[in-house]
Amino acid sequence: MRSYAFDIAHLLAGGMVVLSFLLLYQTRITAVLNVFALQSIVLSLSVAWQALIQDAPHLLITAAIALVLKGFVIPAALHRIVQKLGIHREIEQVYGGGPTMLLGLGLVALSILLVLPSGQNVSLLVREDLAFALSVLLLGLLMMITRRNAVTQIVGFMALENGLVLAASGAKGMPLVVEFSVAFSILVAFIVFGVFVFRIRERFDTVDVSNIDRFRGGRGN
Amino acid sequence: MALIVDLIGQGVQMLLVVALAPLMLGITRKVKAHVLRRIGPPVWQPYLDIWKLLHKEMVLAHNASWIYRTAPYVIFGVTWVAAALVPTYASNLMFSWSADLIVIVALLAAGRFALALAGMDVGTAFGGIGSSREIMIASLAEPAMLLVVFTVALIAGTTQLSTIAENFIGGEVGLRVSLGLALVAFICVAIAENARIPIDNPATHLELTMVHEAMVLEYSGRHLAMIEMAAAVKLVLYFSLLACLFFPFGMATADKSPEALAIGGLSYLGKLAVLAILLPIGETAVAKMRVFRYPVFLGGAFVAGALAVFLLFVSRSL
Amino acid sequence: MIPAFPPLPLGLTPLDAVLLVPAGAMVLLAIVPGYRMGAAINVLACGLTFLASVGLLGAERVRSDFFLIDDFNIYLVLLTTFVAFSTSVFSASYIDHELDSGKLTPQFVRFYHALYQAMLGAMNLALVANNLGLLWVGVEVATLSTVMMVGIYRTPEALEAAWKYFILGSVGIALAFFGTILIYLSAQDVLGQGISAMAWDQVQNSAGKLDPKLLSLAFVFLLVGYGTKVGIAPFHAWLPDAHAEGPTPISAVLSGLLLNVALYALLRFKMILAGNTATLNVGLVMMGLGLVSLVFAALMLYRRRDIKRLFAYSSIEHMGIMTFAFGLGGPLANFAGLLHMTMHALTKSAIFFAVGHIAQIKGTQRLADIRGLSVSNPGLAVGFALSVIAIAGLPPFGVFMSEFMLVSSSFTRQPWLAVILVFGLLLAFGALVIHLQRVLFGDPSPSVARSKASYIPLFVHLAIVLAAGLWLPEPVVRWFRAVAAQLG
Repeated sequence: MRSYAFDIAHLLAGGMVVLSFLLLYQTRITAVLNVFALQSIVLSLSVAWQALIQDAPHLLITAAIALVLKGFVIPAALHRIVQKLGIHREIEQVYGGGPTMLLGLGLVALSILLVLPSGQNVSLLVREDLAFALSVLLLGLLMMITRRNAVTQIVGFMALENGLVLAASGAKGMPLVVEFSVAFSILVAFIVFGVFVFRIRERFDTVDVSNIDRFRGGRGN
Repeated sequence: MALIVDLIGQGVQMLLVVALAPLMLGITRKVKAHVLRRIGPPVWQPYLDIWKLLHKEMVLAHNASWIYRTAPYVIFGVTWVAAALVPTYASNLMFSWSADLIVIVALLAAGRFALALAGMDVGTAFGGIGSSREIMIASLAEPAMLLVVFTVALIAGTTQLSTIAENFIGGEVGLRVSLGLALVAFICVAIAENARIPIDNPATHLELTMVHEAMVLEYSGRHLAMIEMAAAVKLVLYFSLLACLFFPFGMATADKSPEALAIGGLSYLGKLAVLAILLPIGETAVAKMRVFRYPVFLGGAFVAGALAVFLLFVSRSL
Repeated sequence: MIPAFPPLPLGLTPLDAVLLVPAGAMVLLAIVPGYRMGAAINVLACGLTFLASVGLLGAERVRSDFFLIDDFNIYLVLLTTFVAFSTSVFSASYIDHELDSGKLTPQFVRFYHALYQAMLGAMNLALVANNLGLLWVGVEVATLSTVMMVGIYRTPEALEAAWKYFILGSVGIALAFFGTILIYLSAQDVLGQGISAMAWDQVQNSAGKLDPKLLSLAFVFLLVGYGTKVGIAPFHAWLPDAHAEGPTPISAVLSGLLLNVALYALLRFKMILAGNTATLNVGLVMMGLGLVSLVFAALMLYRRRDIKRLFAYSSIEHMGIMTFAFGLGGPLANFAGLLHMTMHALTKSAIFFAVGHIAQIKGTQRLADIRGLSVSNPGLAVGFALSVIAIAGLPPFGVFMSEFMLVSSSFTRQPWLAVILVFGLLLAFGALVIHLQRVLFGDPSPSVARSKASYIPLFVHLAIVLAAGLWLPEPVVRWFRAVAAQLG
């Protein structure tokens, strides 16, 4: 008889993978931000559940940080930035939606194949959580690669970090130092990103990163 | 004696699906009308429509071939057989050994093939549009459907519908992500196959928005009655599949006593009613999609199905 | 041999000083308004940190769950703080010109100095960390601060370079973190859950008992993650742009220090894997990547048009050589790799100092517009020529020593790969000589300004590299040998 702890952990982690796929093909920026907020909320639920079944109360702090910061504060701030920049009505062309999704499926399969057979001494639940976390990480990476708008690339990066937090919470007994470092990295990344988005805005009238590719000195320079 | 009882049991199921089909259609239309704040036609109106059509004169184009003339019967026959095989109020009926999920999918594909050919047979532009759109939808929906079949089959260990239903009733399956994802994929495929909003509007005759209606535009009289019945039976088939695969509770399994059968029958009717009410509410809530967005919708179903299969391996390996 | 360091005020150990001085200086520099004062504080803070690292030599070795001072990182801390100090001296005089030409405003100079200290502190943290999470935090903060400094000119090119660096760096950071989690998972099995499973020396000691498959998988992630920061091909895409568009002192620090720290992190994990014989043969992978970087970068050197980009590709080439050396393994190759890390840091930063002078004098970074340096600025020409000769691997400089040791070691162990190695080295040599000749000789191109920066750091570095090529002091040799043995 399967234990419900197993199933609920799977449900939440699987939900995050599904939401990562949703992030991949959204074309409207406000929709992307909302799906990201939803993914962060699911992340906090998953971490809280891990706190319960691992009997590790410090993970509740991580869950709270994820919920408040990445579920509400950061999406709200990004919504405001997007409004201020005036790009909230833009439709971003997601080139190759079909191949991207297929590639995403391939990445999920790859992460399952990579993580599950290794580490026989590690419990099955932890290995499966890690496989899910790696899928979310790789899907966030895929999103960063396929997007051309700076704000959506930022969201891709933060989705990647969600995968990292999921992995860290799944590994039993990881000390607090690492959790603070993860939270720290969220903060710093956001600050840097915020600075960049505004700098890019000041130099150009758009946040489309393909425009600044014109200035690339890499080829033949 | 037992043979006759089994035969009656199977026969009841066969007749039930045909008899209930127009009623389901009627309930759907009534609920939709109420949601749109109209009164709408009475729930038995489809019966009257079929009766009317059966008595009307058939008008055939002069270049209609035997394909055009036999297609309605093929379509109706195939859909009826498929619907009769899916366990409704009881599993393990007489012909249930042939009720394999892949067989159901193949039967529906045969019906779709006949319909598409019939649409192109007379050479009208509308027929061509309808057939090409239908096949495009099918080419996107079939893989998703097969992935759902794989998911369910991998969990239950077989593709035989009765066995699947019995396995799932047992409750050892638990709360599974894969089944949830497979349910989402199945609903998307069902909407596409039954020509419902957001894929196709069953009440329209505008060129821009027709798929199923375009293929059958030329039909009249008895042929049209068969095709309308086939569409209604197909809807009941998909409802039954949904109920059998994902919510099989209440079905009579090993115990075929009259009480168990009565419970099975009532639960089946209840599930049909619930689905027949939910469908139009869902349809009214969304708008019809433009044709170039079908791959997005059905691709989503495919991804959900594929994820369902992959996530199975997360829990099953080692 | 080294006298014991006098006790610091407040009972601080040199270890604390090495970390706290940059942190305090960062806060101070964020507040202090005048840029001259800021530059002076920067130099002072770097000097104090360097002295503290000298003090580490004499102080007793620290070993705690969070920090570790052993043979491997002690000389790296010394090297890092020294190069940071000389670069800060160079930067203090360089900034004047930048302000005059309007490329930077005074408030951004303040930002720049604060970030410089942040970067130094983070690098020191990464070097002395025992806890794998702290190592990761150190590398990440160092990367982020350099990202901001690369974009500090705020031109479109600089923003693009910084953006690319940020994206690739963040991805590398994330993958490296995942690898760290996997290492923890394999270690917690033997060491129990909690802090001790994250301590590098504990993991290293019990490496033989850990699950080899999990370790191999972890190393793959760490190789890609930290390898992006080391700049080995094919993860090098951010490197040329970041070097070309950022201020020259930052190019010097990036090439000289940050790449080294990332390689150090990678080597720490390689040491863990060396302790377990059943793992993937990571040496082969590292050798392959190293050779690919070497040959690729050497080929790219030929068609460069921007002087900083040229030497950025040279950095990729040398990191490739080092990766190859550590991949080859064995006492001689490891020794060569460690020596090369030191020599490259000193020489490359010297080159970038010279490039900074040239850019200020000629007012451009385009190679086509820099001609006849030996006629217009003979002293600088000598310095530039010597440093390019040094980096190209000619005797009697230190880089020649390490490359010679590596080539001889690889000829005995893997002759075919040695052929490729020599081929790459010769290619790079040819390209550098061609470019050097074009820059030095011919009719001089017009100079737009005098260089206000100090020439001292350049010649001091060159002197050290020359001295090391002729004679290595005995304690250094002992250190290198001990670490080479640990690297396996």
